[in-house]
This record gives sequence, structure tokens and C-alpha cells, in this order.
Amino acid sequence: MTDSKYFTTTKKGEIFELKAELNSDKKEKKKEAVKKVIASMTVGKDVSALFPDVVNCMQTDNLELKKLVYLYLMNYAKSQPDMAIMAVNTFVKDCEDPNPLIRALAVRTMGCIRVDKITEYLCEPLRKCLKDEDPYVRKTAAVCVAKLHDINAQLVEDQGFLDTLKDLISDSNPMVVANAVAALSEIAESHPSSNLLDLNPQSINKLLTALNECTEWGQIFILDCLANYTPKDDREAQSICERVTPRLSHANSAVVLSAVKVLMKFMEMLSKDLDYYGTLLKKLAPPLVTLLSAEPELQYVALRNINLIVQKRPEILKHEMKVFFVKYNDPIYVKLEKLDIMIRLASQANIAQVLAELKEYATEVDVDFVRKAVRAIGRCAIKVEQSAERCVSTLLDLIQTKVNYVVQEAIVVIKDIFRKYPNKYESVIATLCENLDSLDEPEARAAMIWIVGEYAERIDNADELLESFLEGFHDESTQVQLQLLTGIVKLFLKKPTETQELVQQVLSLATQDSDNPDLRDRGYIYWRLLSTDPVAAKEVVLAEKPLISEETDLIEPTLLDELICYIGTLASVYHKPPSAFVEGGRGVVHKSLPPRTASSESAESPETAPAGAPPGEQPDVIPAQGDLLGDLLNLDLGPPVSGPPLTTSSVQMGAVDLLGGGLDSLIGGTNFVAPPTAAVPASLGAPIGSGLSDLFDLTSGVGTLSGSYVAPKAVWLPAMKAKGLEISGTFTRQVGSISMDLQLTNKALQVMTDFAIQFNRNSFGLAPAAPLQVHAPLSPNQTVEISLPLSTVGSVMKMEPLNNLQVAVKNNIDVFYFSTLYPLHILFVEDGKMDRQMFLATWKDIPNENEAQFQIRDCPLNAEAVSSKLQSSNIFTVAKRNVEGQDMLYQCLKLTNGIWVLAELRIQPGNPSCTLSLKCRAPEVSQHVYQAYETILKN
Amino acid sequence: MIGGLFIYNHKGEVLISRVYRDDIGSQAADSAVFSSSGPFLGERLGGSVRNAVDAFRVNVIHARQQVRSPVTNIARTSFFHVKRSNIWLAAVTKQNVNAAMVFEFLYKMCDVMAAYFGKISEENIKNNFVLIYELLDEILDFGYPQNSETGALKTFITQQGIKSQHQTKEEQSQITSQVTGQIGWRREGIKYRRNELFLDVLESVNLLMSPQGQVLSAHVSGRVVMKSYLSGMPECKFGMNDKIVIEKQGKGTADETSKSGKQSIAIDDCTFHQCVRLSKFDSERSISFIPPDGEFELMRYRTTKDIILPFRVIPLVREVGRTKLEVKVVIKSNFKPSLLAQKIEVRIPTPLNTSGVQVICMKGKAKYKASENAIVWKIKRMAGMKESQISAEIELLPTNDKKKWARPPISMNFEVPFAPSGLKVRYLKVFEPKLNYSDHDVIKWVRYIGRSGIYETRC
Repeated sequence: MTDSKYFTTTKKGEIFELKAELNSDKKEKKKEAVKKVIASMTVGKDVSALFPDVVNCMQTDNLELKKLVYLYLMNYAKSQPDMAIMAVNTFVKDCEDPNPLIRALAVRTMGCIRVDKITEYLCEPLRKCLKDEDPYVRKTAAVCVAKLHDINAQLVEDQGFLDTLKDLISDSNPMVVANAVAALSEIAESHPSSNLLDLNPQSINKLLTALNECTEWGQIFILDCLANYTPKDDREAQSICERVTPRLSHANSAVVLSAVKVLMKFMEMLSKDLDYYGTLLKKLAPPLVTLLSAEPELQYVALRNINLIVQKRPEILKHEMKVFFVKYNDPIYVKLEKLDIMIRLASQANIAQVLAELKEYATEVDVDFVRKAVRAIGRCAIKVEQSAERCVSTLLDLIQTKVNYVVQEAIVVIKDIFRKYPNKYESVIATLCENLDSLDEPEARAAMIWIVGEYAERIDNADELLESFLEGFHDESTQVQLQLLTGIVKLFLKKPTETQELVQQVLSLATQDSDNPDLRDRGYIYWRLLSTDPVAAKEVVLAEKPLISEETDLIEPTLLDELICYIGTLASVYHKPPSAFVEGGRGVVHKSLPPRTASSESAESPETAPAGAPPGEQPDVIPAQGDLLGDLLNLDLGPPVSGPPLTTSSVQMGAVDLLGGGLDSLIGGTNFVAPPTAAVPASLGAPIGSGLSDLFDLTSGVGTLSGSYVAPKAVWLPAMKAKGLEISGTFTRQVGSISMDLQLTNKALQVMTDFAIQFNRNSFGLAPAAPLQVHAPLSPNQTVEISLPLSTVGSVMKMEPLNNLQVAVKNNIDVFYFSTLYPLHILFVEDGKMDRQMFLATWKDIPNENEAQFQIRDCPLNAEAVSSKLQSSNIFTVAKRNVEGQDMLYQCLKLTNGIWVLAELRIQPGNPSCTLSLKCRAPEVSQHVYQAYETILKN
Repeated sequence: MIGGLFIYNHKGEVLISRVYRDDIGSQAADSAVFSSSGPFLGERLGGSVRNAVDAFRVNVIHARQQVRSPVTNIARTSFFHVKRSNIWLAAVTKQNVNAAMVFEFLYKMCDVMAAYFGKISEENIKNNFVLIYELLDEILDFGYPQNSETGALKTFITQQGIKSQHQTKEEQSQITSQVTGQIGWRREGIKYRRNELFLDVLESVNLLMSPQGQVLSAHVSGRVVMKSYLSGMPECKFGMNDKIVIEKQGKGTADETSKSGKQSIAIDDCTFHQCVRLSKFDSERSISFIPPDGEFELMRYRTTKDIILPFRVIPLVREVGRTKLEVKVVIKSNFKPSLLAQKIEVRIPTPLNTSGVQVICMKGKAKYKASENAIVWKIKRMAGMKESQISAEIELLPTNDKKKWARPPISMNFEVPFAPSGLKVRYLKVFEPKLNYSDHDVIKWVRYIGRSGIYETRC
């Protein structure tokens, strides 16, 4: 007799039949009927109408029947909450049953009935079960607390279940401990601030003891929980690591990965000089390799994690290249991941083997895999210089296969090789040109056009080739259009005589017939450049290109550190922080690696010092998102193509405007598109061009030549985050002009050149007014001080916080991002003085809810001193009164964008703190103005 | 944690569905475009769960493309799946769960089901759906995996209904303490008249060789499987010719070091069944445990050094014009002449446009299998230090396909009666202090089997 027969009853009216059977006197018949009901439920029939009849069967001493009824209840209770209450009594009774299996079953099922009304009845039985003498009941009850918390968190707190759960961590039974840890971890996730899992050395010790005794799943719960703990010093970290390492030999891959997570995290705290550090590194490699002999799905999870580990600590697996060789029968997802790791591990020592493998892969069937393999060959060439020649010849072989997608992919990577090793492999251009017709993908077309434009002087029929692309100009993707424009301009600059017509054609196509602003703007820039100063044009367009970096797709370091804290979990599989795919409050707590702290000072080596800095002081690094990168530096093809420093950083509004005259005459006004200067936001109510007038119109200054307060330089971009470039700086305002004083230090071993800077849009339109001028290359350990003039006519976007400024700095190595907060007083303009009437009228005019009050403590200055101190920072005192022994100063200031801020400062002689009331039409600036007051007055 | 678990047949119909958390699937439907959900699903469960169920069917089971990842994220809901024959098991979650744990659990669940009713097939699942629900209830609570050792589960979840009515109080508490206890894999009071144990050293040797005979990668992944029929709670200690242990012991007598140094093997890494005391292995490198009753996998290991490659394949492929290929393959056996390899099979891939094949082989039988695009050469037995050869002429249809033939590697299957890694069992000692049988009374059997894993030679 089998159960499958229950699936076949599909007659009409079966509900009635079932009803009759359920109410039968015979136990066997009843059981049969319930089975039929469950089967119908599974295949998706609605059998909720039978609810009362099924619940009636619940009171039985037959455990099998009971389990079936419970299963039904769990499914339908939600849709029939009133009826579900009928079952409560039986549950409560079952929780007292002498058989522990039944007690546990009752409490487990009750927790699964997710009906609010039932939860209150659940509390008493749950309380008893949490203290049950039988561990099986206790471990089930522990999970039940998590269930209840999911339905009604407040109830769980009110009933004190959390404390009972915490007590269970000290339970004598390892499985109870494990489940309690799991439940507490989950509850703690939804209360990030609460200190639920109060981890201290004592409780950690208990967990480590339980770790040796509990089931494989329990070990995972405990290890995942341990990973959230931050040891107080390196000694504690080491002793935990020592007790976790045996887990690396567990048969369960999840136990191994969770142990790896704990070790990777705590290793951060260990000094590299320690013998133990080296031992640990050695111990990590074999288990990671063993994971690759698991089932394919687990291999995939392991490989995604290894990808992170290799980026964080390349030394662990550097000798294990061979295990990542692709097997013919590997599923495609395993193949692609292995390939990724192979490239990361490629080095001079193993490059020959890697190349031989990659060549093998390039002849496989799967298109994605083949493409990736071809791309990998290019990456090897760029990464390991000695192999470049061999890579190029391999790529040429592949091009000879004439397989369309292989050819296209090869051309894309050859372009990068040209960039990396200029004037070395150009002999292959002829071969590339033969394949022009087969290219149908934008990326490949763009790469080919770049090559033709870049080496136009060596290709006899370059003009013909480019012209052939021009025919279908409007059908091309933007990437190709932009590249074609640049390519033809390059060609024109190299062979001006023959290609005048061609360049005219492309410029008019780009500027007149295109809807794409990027294309149009670039067209205009070229046009103006060419018409005003061809020599300058040549310098700009044909400038020497910055080198491209070796590693293109590294995960941004802060994200990498966060992901290391999530080894084994979905986040590490997706390579995204949990907040990117988990809804609501769960799991969005930002995790970071522990800073290195030594128990004794002598143990601390000098190189560990930067890691010990409190994380709060380090500026945030903006994640390297593709679009942000493109936005900031206007790059079309991965590495900058037409990106000499001038074009990337100096395409400022003002600069364009200076060339405007020439353009007007060139294209004759009729279809002239308004020059971008019109884009200066007028909505802020400032006199248009106030920023510019600030720069030149200095006469209105009130004679304060000293300039406003300048904060000492702070480190904005630590060297460890920027491949050796350290940037510190501050902001100043002197006689009407704002500047950013930068100090660039090269802490890397190679020379840095080609600096450029760009700001993201910000609240006050701050933008560099001139390119970043670093005259000589910055050699290692050299420091250079630069003052970068700023204007306030850049694009505006409200930032959070208001004075946040995101900056990108580029050099020959890479592009780096950081963000910093600028003090608001650099924006206080010199002509910010109001007369009394005006002040009074404005003060009354601004609604009272816009008034904000602040206390400035520890400021023992008198009214005169305050007034003069503030005046030097362009905060002007309009009037002064003395009311009941208090000095009242009425002051005003104006921001670069025309916002007025009015202030009342109350100073009591003898009392070091004074009260500041601010009124402004844009109340969000008040907080920052207050901060400016504080900084000015206290320095 | 796991929010729900579904089992589908190959058509995408749900056979088993167990939902642990309400959060799953609430949005999965918004982004995916569904065809009608089909009559089978009717008005199943809650609307939100149906969405999750459908999303997986539409996006994974019915997806046109080959599955690109075992983890799929559809509208912020993550689906983990494994496939056994044509049955899909899918775990669903909305949280940042431990991904490795979810897959381990899915495999474990397959093991448990197989231990209860054999092969995982649609028919077997339908026949045992009540049992499966009962098992799921026990091994996965609110998405948290619980004790999933078949040995323990079978003491209180049985196909013939529940024993519990007939259990005494002691028996009940014995079950619960076993399920939750330190030795969750073995119950007390087991008795055998004859204490006996079997050890199988099963190795699979993997090779990737270049056409020139250079070893690109080679490793052995081995398993020690133990079948124990021992009374009481026996304490076992397992010893093998592990290089680290031998060298440690050999320090005493210099004589032995030189003798055993040759025979010991370097183990790259090993993992153990949860009954083995890992901390003891870590500190003393000794393998001690109380075994589960019956069959279990004691350890897995991996070696890469000094592997005995039982066969060497020497391929020679020559393209004669555009329509003909000449293939010659020589295999050489490389082990003691007294030993016999069995079930030898050499698979030589042929191009897709093959029209005819002529084969001549010295030994065994060879056949061209058009459906598999390969010449399959089978030899029943072959002694060590022998050599055999096959040559074939492959006629090709002329094609204008520009793409070259990918030349998949030549693969081999075989079975040999020794361990290619060189592993030797030195001892397995049994102590049971409470019962009166000693190590000498236990009958012990050891067997070595080496099989081919992925044993490929590129041509």
C-alpha cells in the first residue's frame, strides 16, 4: 500500500466524502481521510472547508494522526484564525504530555501557526518548555522563541523570553546551546542596537566548548555567531583561532567555510611577524582546495568565496593554481568562476601553464566561457609583462579561427594591450583590419575604431576604413559614435590634407543631427579646438595616454572587507552587501573587519599602525560603480581613451565659454546650441554668475585681508586605500577666493604622474576652477603641496550631509574616490552685510519655525572680540544691544549661492557659553552655520 | 534562514511544499511575467507563496538557457536548487543565509530520503509524501537544520507508523537524549553476537594530461568507508601510513624511519565524519571516534604527491585533408603484473560531422557510438605492465562550418585493486570497556579499490 493513491482522487464532491470519512468512528478510516486531505493540499486544492472536521481529529493518542492534523493546521490556520483557536486547548494539553516527543511536537507546531490570536496562548506552554527537563523539548522551545519573535516581537520582550533564551546559552546540552545561539542571532539582527548576544570572553568560552560537541548544523550556528565577536586583543584572537582551526577538517563544507570566516576575520588582528600568523595562513589553503572536490553547487559557493579570499590575502592560494584548471565536465557556472580565480592567481611563475590552459578553453563550445577565456589572455598580457608577446601571438592564432565572437573579443583585448605596451605590437594591425567586416558588437567596433584612429599614420587606408563606419553613423551605439568622432579627429590631426571633408562630416553629424548631449558636447569641443588653435588641439587630442592598471575588476577594498565578514553566506555568493538584496531591517548592519590591536605595545609593528586608526576618522570611499566612474571622468572604454589630464579635468564651463567666440563664427549662430554656461542653476536666487564675480570682483571686500579661519590639514585619502597615494587637505577662503589646499604624498614605490581631479555634483556647486597642476612627477616618498582654486559654478545636487563633497583623483595608476566635509564658512561671501532696516524686515519676514537655537560652550570671549573674529570670516555684525546685562549681537552672512542667514548671538559676561539663534529661509543650512560659528570662535 | 522548501518534478509541478516563513515570495511575482500557473497549482496555498513557487518554475525549470548558477535571485528572493535525476529540490529565502549550509542541507535531505525509500523519483516521493513531511518537520525547524542523522531519525520516525505508543518512558528519553546528545549518531544498547567491521578504502584518481604526456594536474580523492557491527559504545582508533604520524613515531628508532619512510604518504588535506574528535586530530593527529552503527563515511582525503597513475594514454590524432581523421591510441598499464585491472573503458571523442568509422583494436571490443559522438573501447581485464592499442579511421562529412572541432579529451574508466595514493590501513583498534569483548575478538576486513575519476588526456 503506498501513499500515491491519495493523489488520484479527483472526483467531484470529494469534499463531502472526505467530511464523512473524517467523522467516521474508525481510527483507520480517519487516518486515511486525513492523508487524502493532506495530499489534496499538497497538489494545491483548497481543502480549508474541512477545517473543523480535521481539527476534531486532533484529540487522539495516535501520534501519526496527530502529526498529520498538525501539518494541516500549519497550512490553513492563517486563513481561518477563528477556527484555529479551537485547536489551542489540545496544544496546551499536549505540552504537558509525559512523552517528550509529543511535548516538543506541540510547542514546535504552535510556533508555526502564525496567527496573532494564538500567540498569547502560546506564552505559558512555551515558558514551561524552555525549562523542560528534556533537552529535546528545550532545543525545540529555543527555536520557538525566534518564531514567536517573528510574529510579535514586543510580546517576546514583555514576557522575558529573551532572558530565558540567553540562559540557555549556558545549557548543559550542546544542541540546546546551538539552537539558542541561532535564535538569538536572528533576533539580534532585527535589533541591531540591542546587546542581545552579549558576547564576552566567558560566553565565548562556553560557545567554543559547545562547538566540539554539537551537530554539524549547530557548529555552523556557533561559528557564524563567533564571527560577529570582536576580541579585545590579539592574544584573545589567537586563542579563539586555535580552537576553531580543527573545524577545518570537518566533512561538512559549511562548517569549513564558517570556520574560514572566523579565521580570516580574526587574522586581521594578528601581527604579521607572529609565527602563528604564518602557520594559520598555511593551514587555510588545504581545506579551501578540498572544497573543490565537493558537489558542483557547493564548489560554486566555495569558488565565489575563494575569489574574495584571493583578493584579500593572495598569499594563501598562490601555489595552488592547478586546482583551478577547468575540467571538461564542470558545470558552466563552475568553469566561469575558476577562470576568474586563475587570472587573479596568474603570475610570472605560472604564466606559461595558465596560457596553455586558456588557449585550450578558447576552443570550447560555451560562448560566454570562450569570451571570458579570450579576455583572460588579454588580462594576462597586461598583468605579466614577460608573457605579453606570447599572449599576442595566441590572440592572433585565435583571430585566424574566424569564429566571430572570438575575433571580436580578441580585438577588444588587443586594444588594451596596445595601451599598456605602446609601439610594440603594432605589426598585427594589418591582421586586425582584415576582420573589420565581421565585427558586429559595439565594444569590438569601438575598439577597432580606436585602433585605426590611434595608428592612423601607419594604416594607409585609415580614412577609407573610418569612412565605412560613418555611413551608418546614426545606427551605431553611443560608444561607437563617440569613438568614431574621436578617431576621425585624430586622423585629421595626423593627415590634415586628405581628410578635411571627413572631419567636417563627422562634426556636423555629431553636433547637428544627434540627440545625445555627450556626443554633441564632445563634437563642439573638438570643433572649437580645431577652429581656434589646431596646435593646442593636437596637444589635447594626441596627448600621451596614462597607463592602464593591471587589475581592472578588483572589488573595492571597503566592500571586500565587508564581504569577508560574510564568507559562506549569500552576500559572498552575490559579491554584494546584504542590504543590496535583503529587504527591511534585517541584515543591513554594516560589518567591518576588526582593527589590529595588540595586547602589549612591543608587539605592535610599525606597519600595523594605520590599521589601528579609529574607522570614524577615515573618509568614506565611494564605491567604484561603473556609472560613477564614467560620470566623473568621462571614459567610454574601460580605461580612458581620449583621457589626457586636460580633457578630463578641465572641461569646465568657464573654459568652454572662453572658446565660445570662435565657435560662433564657425557655425554661424543659426543652430547654435546655448553654451553650457546657461546651465548654472538660476533657481537659487543668486545673482547669476555670483561665483564668477566672487573671483574677480574683489573690491567689495570689507577690507579684511586676513582671510577666514583655516582648519589644519586632515588625511582625506589614506595611502592604503589609494595604492600608495595619500591625500590630506583643507579648505581656505582668502580675499574672496576659495581654494582647496592639498598635500599629495607618494607612499608607493613607483613614480606617479598625470594627476587630475574632479568633483561630483554637490550642494553648493563647488568645482575646481583650474586643473590640478602637479608640475613634476611625484617620486616615491615625495610630498607636494598644491592650492587648487575652486569656483562655485559647478552643477548642483543636494548632498547628505549638506557639506559633503565627493572627489575623484586620478593618476597614472588608477582613479581613487573619497569624500570629505568642507566647513561652511568658506562659502560666506564678502558682500554679505545688510543694513539695519533690511535686517529687521528680513528677520520678521522669515517664519518662526525656521529659527534654530544652539549653545556655543566654552567661549569666554567678549562681544568685541567675537564680533571682530567673526568679521574676518565674513560674518558681519549689523547691530549690538545690551539687554539686562547680556550683550546681544545681530549678525548676518550670505552664502555663495545667495542664501542669507541671520543670527542673534547672546553673550553673558562671566558665562563661557553663549546662545546662537539662526534664522534662514533654507533651515537645513542652520546646523552647518552653527558648526562654522563654533570652529571660528574656538580657533 | 531557509524560508521554504519545495520539491518539483521535471514539469515544474510541486510535489512537496513546506513553508517556514511568511516573507518568501511576497514580491517575486511583481517582476516575473507568468504564463498562467497551470491547472495543477490551482489555488494553492497563500498567494505569495504561489508566486515564489511559480517564479522558480518559470525562471529556472522552464528557462530556455542552461542553468547559469545554482543560486538564483528573483525579485530579492533567493532560490537554491539541486537536481537529482529529474527531481528539483529548491530552498527559498529572503535573508542573507549561509549558502554553503543550505546546499549541505539539501544534499543531506537527499541522503535521508534515499535512506528511507531508495531512489529519489517522482513516484517514490508521491508514495512517501507523508513521511517526507514528517521528516522535514523534524530536520528543519523554522528553517534551521536539526539533527539529520538517519540512524537517529530511524529510531522515532518510521514508515510503519510511530512506535511511540509502545515505548516506555526510558525508551522515550533515550531517544531524545540521543537526538540531542553528544553522540547523536549512535544509540545505546546495540548488541551483536559476532563483532565485525569492514573497511573500504575507495579512491578515485583524477588526471589531466597534455597530448605530450605531461601531467597537468593529478590528484586522488579518497574515502574510507566503514561498516561496523559492534556491540555497545565501542571506542575506535584508526591508523594509516600518514607521513606526519610515521615520522613522529619513527624518531625513536632510526631503523624504522628509513624503512617506513618510503611507504608513508603525504596527505594534503582530510575531512572527517562528525563522530571523529577533530580537536584530538588537530593536536595529536590521531583519529579516534565512536562509530555510528552500520555503514558510514569515516573520512575523505586528498593527495597530490607520488600518485601511482594506473594507466597512461598516448593519443595520436592526424587530420588527413578535410574529410578524414586518423586516430591511434595506446594504453599502458603501470602497476604490479600480478594485479588485474577491470572494467576498462576508453572513450575517444569524434567530431559531430562523422559519417563513418573503422576501428581495429588488439584487445577487447571497440565500437563507434554515433549518439555519443565517441568511439568506446572496452576491455574486461588487463594485468599490470601491459600495453594495448587501437587505431581508427574516421570519415567526415564536408561542412562549411568555420568553427574548428573542439577536440574534447580522451577519457578513461577503470577499476584497480589497490589504492593509487599508496594509502595503507595500519590498524583499527576497538575498545569497549563495559562489555567483555576485546580488540582481538573483532573480525576485521580491509579492501582497497581504486577507480578512475576524471581521467583525461588531451589530444
